[in-house]
Amino acid sequence: MKRYLVLADGTIYPGTGFGAPAATVGELVFSTGMSGYQESITDQSYNGEILMFTYPLIGNYGINRDDHESIKPTCKGVVVHEVARRASNWRSEMSLDDYLKQNQIPGITDIDTRAVTKHIRKKGAMKATIVDEVLPDTVERLRVTELGKAVVAESSTTNAYPNPATGPNVVVVDFGLKHSILRELAKRHCNVTVLPYNTTASEIMALNPDGVMLTNGPGDPKDVPSALPMIREVEKHIPLFGICLGHQLFALANGADTFKMKFGHRGFNHPVREIATGRIDFTSQNHGYAVSRESLAKTDLMITHEEINDDTVEGVRHRDYAAFSVQYHPDAAPGPHDADHIFDEFIDLMAAHQVARKGSKFNA
Amino acid sequence: MPKRTDIHKIMVIGSGPIIIGQAAEFDYSGTQACLALKELDYEVVLVNSNPATIMTDKEVADQVYLEPITLEFVSQILRKERPDAILPTLGGQQGLNMAMELSKSGILKELKIELLGTKLTAIDQAEDREQFKDLMEELGEPVPASGIAHTVEEALAFAEQSGYPVIVRPAFTMGGTGGGIAETAKELHDIAENGLSLSPVTQVLIEQSIAGYKEIEFEVMRDAADNAMVVCNMENFDPVGIHTGDSIVYAPVQTLADREVQMLRDASLKIIRALKIEGGCNVQLALDPDSFKYYIIEVNPRVSRSSALASKATGYPIAKMAAKIAVGLHLDEIKNPVTGTTYAEFEPALDYVVCKIPRWPFDKFTKADRRLGTQMKATGEVMAIGRNIEEATLKAVRSLEIGVHHVEEPALASVDDDELSDKLIHAQDDRLFYLAEAIRRGYTIEDLAELTKINVFFLDKLLHIVEIERALKANVDDLDVLTTAKRNGFADQTVADFWHESADTVRQFRESHQLKPVYKMVDTCAGEFESTTPYYYGTYEFENESIVDKKPSVLVLGSGPIRIGQGVEFDYATVHSVKAIQKAGYEAIIMNSNPETVSTDFSVSDKLYFEPLTLEDVLNVIELEQPRGVIVQFGGQTAINLAQPLADRGVKILGTSVADVNRAEDRDEFDKVIKSLQIPQPAGDTASDEATALAIADRLGYPVLVRPSYVLGGRAMEIVKKRADLDHYMHNAVKVSHDHPVLVDRYLVGKECEVDAICDGETVVIPGIMEHIERAGVHSGDSMAVYPPQSLSADVQAQIIKYTEQLAVALNCVGMMNIQFVIHDEQVYVIEVNPRASRTVPFLSKVTDIPMAQVATRVILGQSLKDQGYQTGLVKAGDMVHVKAPVFSFSKLNRVDSLLGPEMKSTGEVMGSDRTMAKALYKAFEAAKLHVPSNGNILFTVRDDDKPEAFKLAQRFHALGYQLLATTGTASYLTDNGLPVTVVKKIDSGEDDLLHQMEAGQVQAVVNTVSDEEQAADDGTLIRNTSIEHGIPLFTALDTVAAILQVRESQSFVTQAL
Repeated sequence: MKRYLVLADGTIYPGTGFGAPAATVGELVFSTGMSGYQESITDQSYNGEILMFTYPLIGNYGINRDDHESIKPTCKGVVVHEVARRASNWRSEMSLDDYLKQNQIPGITDIDTRAVTKHIRKKGAMKATIVDEVLPDTVERLRVTELGKAVVAESSTTNAYPNPATGPNVVVVDFGLKHSILRELAKRHCNVTVLPYNTTASEIMALNPDGVMLTNGPGDPKDVPSALPMIREVEKHIPLFGICLGHQLFALANGADTFKMKFGHRGFNHPVREIATGRIDFTSQNHGYAVSRESLAKTDLMITHEEINDDTVEGVRHRDYAAFSVQYHPDAAPGPHDADHIFDEFIDLMAAHQVARKGSKFNA
Repeated sequence: MPKRTDIHKIMVIGSGPIIIGQAAEFDYSGTQACLALKELDYEVVLVNSNPATIMTDKEVADQVYLEPITLEFVSQILRKERPDAILPTLGGQQGLNMAMELSKSGILKELKIELLGTKLTAIDQAEDREQFKDLMEELGEPVPASGIAHTVEEALAFAEQSGYPVIVRPAFTMGGTGGGIAETAKELHDIAENGLSLSPVTQVLIEQSIAGYKEIEFEVMRDAADNAMVVCNMENFDPVGIHTGDSIVYAPVQTLADREVQMLRDASLKIIRALKIEGGCNVQLALDPDSFKYYIIEVNPRVSRSSALASKATGYPIAKMAAKIAVGLHLDEIKNPVTGTTYAEFEPALDYVVCKIPRWPFDKFTKADRRLGTQMKATGEVMAIGRNIEEATLKAVRSLEIGVHHVEEPALASVDDDELSDKLIHAQDDRLFYLAEAIRRGYTIEDLAELTKINVFFLDKLLHIVEIERALKANVDDLDVLTTAKRNGFADQTVADFWHESADTVRQFRESHQLKPVYKMVDTCAGEFESTTPYYYGTYEFENESIVDKKPSVLVLGSGPIRIGQGVEFDYATVHSVKAIQKAGYEAIIMNSNPETVSTDFSVSDKLYFEPLTLEDVLNVIELEQPRGVIVQFGGQTAINLAQPLADRGVKILGTSVADVNRAEDRDEFDKVIKSLQIPQPAGDTASDEATALAIADRLGYPVLVRPSYVLGGRAMEIVKKRADLDHYMHNAVKVSHDHPVLVDRYLVGKECEVDAICDGETVVIPGIMEHIERAGVHSGDSMAVYPPQSLSADVQAQIIKYTEQLAVALNCVGMMNIQFVIHDEQVYVIEVNPRASRTVPFLSKVTDIPMAQVATRVILGQSLKDQGYQTGLVKAGDMVHVKAPVFSFSKLNRVDSLLGPEMKSTGEVMGSDRTMAKALYKAFEAAKLHVPSNGNILFTVRDDDKPEAFKLAQRFHALGYQLLATTGTASYLTDNGLPVTVVKKIDSGEDDLLHQMEAGQVQAVVNTVSDEEQAADDGTLIRNTSIEHGIPLFTALDTVAAILQVRESQSFVTQAL
């Protein structure tokens, strides 16, 4: 079925529909990862976004039961050059087409995704829609459509739930978490309690955790003001670790500023340098906002990590508190595992804090 | 860390002659490395014995030594040059092995020379099977169950335990030489025995077979700060069991979920870190298609063929980066030359699919064993880029230049089902075509996957192609179907065949509907960053990115995949032509399909189109670029064959006109030219049917030389001695027709020589005459050639010069030409004129110091030779003697007869230069690894015609103190004439028969001129094969024997009793 990808600046790309036949509106972004479409599509950070893959063949290995990053995907659409006719992998359970249909996500294929990518690179990420036909007012209607700001509320859990284990007690504040964060914590035997995004500091303190994690999530960090007082309070007492949106919120809470990037970092070949050691990791990234480097000057945060090509702030640490954050995804999935040592650092930080406070480690 | 300042002078070791498994990719990597080091202000000393390379150009290194890569010569150069360090990781296996040998000899320690890139311990750990296994165990990385065997018995004992099939891999050999899969004890016995003899350390690995696993490769890099990254990953179409060099390969991986990709990435990075490699490394892995189980198959601790492919597939110049890393730079300090804005510490993201298909020599070696296995057999490869698998695959297929433009080999339609399924199970080079045929016959892809273990994902792409074929057939002149076909890589010609139209008609139809290709950039980053790489591929999409420059441009057509008869020499000429075009102020555009070469390095030209060299694809680029003209003289027969069809469609061919090219190549036209000039040529005629051929031969008298017209490298050329043989030839070797006539010439016995000349229509410069050592009858590409000539009389040389000048002017040659002569009774005859650059251009350019391809290009662009400072005539030679020697790859190819003849068989060349002929010859033989020790046993087995001459050679060996061995017939002739000869025992006569003697190292050289048909009793082929398998110098032309004797005699004193 012929469908169209229409951009807010009026550019129209004809293609063929797949997935759900519904119309959709979202911010069009691109990811350069050559594998991992399943993880990306199910990543809640894409809530509100139409996800385009620069690699032209998507769906080659189907969809499996293991690699989901959330239960209910919330991205607004999927744009590809060619969706696989036939998936082939021993774990594959269904085709990408069927999966998108099942989850009411529209897709469009036969698009010159490279042309669209270059367009976005030049003009910046912008609103787009996938429609069956282009009407005279399609572009105008797209222009005036307000994209939802409540994406974190949509993506976050509404109820607290545990992921019990015998290690350090970790509270995970869910802004739209990727399951791989829980997997990394589970690998390290953390006794996890996941709380909704709007949890207060006192609710967290009541659980007396060894550490608090701020997860990734969709949208503009400035749309989640409720988290800032929570962070300001918690960081004084408990080791804190933020990832992606969690990192941005941690920076905002400490007086830094964030800004919307032209077209963001989405993919997993972004080299990130740890300033102290010079170590470089290839990192999995998915962010359209970043922490302003200049704004950090007047805060108690110091830059610990940076992207080597465009100098984006990729990690900060609090000068006084046991609190740090990274912009990228040390939990990978999709993407390289280079940075998974960051989770070990969090574990070490919690342990050191325990020793300082009580003279002993966790009773694990 | 910035570059090291404690070292100043670095020696780079090249890879030597081109052989199967070690080809042009090392010219590409070596050139890049040398230039990178020079860029960093190091003094670079290069050693390479292969003249047909860009890397041995004077500008590439500060000191270029075209000397044998042997301990003797490299040590001498080290003592003279005293470099601080050696970079051995860019010269293939040859470079690494040389480094090991130097180290073992103690010279590196003595001269305090450091090895850069990969430490010896790492080379050992990666290449020594036992150490490799230990390292993998230490790292917790799985390797297939295996055992090391030093004897055949140990090999058999392992297999008894593990069960069959098992894979045999000899240690320290390249391209899988001598390896194989053994299904039975008998097979294992044979393969292990052969492998042990080929391994320099007499060691083979016997390995549990994991045939059928997915074969995955990772190209990884690491620097001294332990930064490590993946440049590219690749998935083989053919599962484990077929050498990766013989496999169809796709980049990036296609059927792996991210979890699998990251698992294998982790393993690859862990390995390169454990080996502490500073530079590039290739890791081959086998992945179970049904679980996360994987094995490490092999690690190459150096730049490899795969890294050349990965560089071209991604745009990321691995060798250049590896060289910089080797001198201390870190990946995050080096700019990514593709984007110019990002750093080299960057894992490329592709937004296209790359398909590589190997190019095999079986069109020339029709009797060779075409089965594929762990021994690589391909001489070259093509690469194609597309936006999907179908497009990349079909573009690659038509880049192969094997007479097809689609995955359809018409002959297969008549193959019966039994043979079809046999060919599917037992893969040959043409399995892709059998698969397509099977799908056309209705085999399901599930059945095919079962038979072949090829992933259904890939088979489904073939099915899709067949479905499009059906749609085309059912919908003639349908634009939608055509659009689908073009987006999936179909050639106009393929569509035309289905529509029963001409390709031109399809083209017009397509263009009238604006269905034209666009060109997209290869930028390493999938469009994420602004790039200016002038590297493009064509596809049927929305946006064109190739912006036509205002500056006038010239298009140069490359020579496509490397094959026997059309090797790296043509790439050399292509690259030089580009340099001259740029210097003349034009934009130089290259089109080529070969990922191994320097010409497809995007930094060589102003614009590179990585596209098939077919009429359609070339016209498409011309339509966009509108160049001033096209140069076809340097791309071998590939490019010259396109001249006529391009000219027919209004494209301007620069240089010699198409009409004049035809006058040189068309026999009848050429006859007119040569008759009017009264230049002698062997009597001959053209036959377009069998009867005429026989009649011509009867008239000329036997022997006659027969060959199809328009061929390169003497394909299907034969010397025929009697009528019955000619009859057989006409019915079996060629398909004669009016369009494809056969040339029948009188065969003149005599010395052969050739010239390359440059002409601007008036002035004719002859840089040099090359005299062949082997007499007429051995293909010029397989002959040793000497410059300047050593035994041609002044009169003969004068005749050569005169005829060359006359022919060049008469043929209105503008640019290069090559003429082959035979000298019979002091009379010079013209055998052949090629109106294009020949394979001797690099050799002659180097020894005469005349950049011939550049001079010719300037001529083609309009600058006269006079203006360039040249005048008509033979350029005066210097005081050195230079010998070019062919190098063969027989040890890689079963059942190829190594007997030299009019059909070319060599894959590469070396050269030796010195003040005397004998010394130059010695170097050439050493460089070609034809080392005859100063004493020992020489085996003679020659045909009757050769016996008197062989006697004289035997006598000379005897005088030098060698023992003579001979088979019965030859022995009795030699004995009758008074030489002491030991008659060898007939083959199969027991433990001490000839073959056993050879295997036991009791034969130091073999002189064998017996062809199959003549005396089967002498087992000529068997003796030759045994020599090749055991690395015993083999001579099948008596002239070559005379040359080696000349060397030996020059090195010995006469010891004569009174």
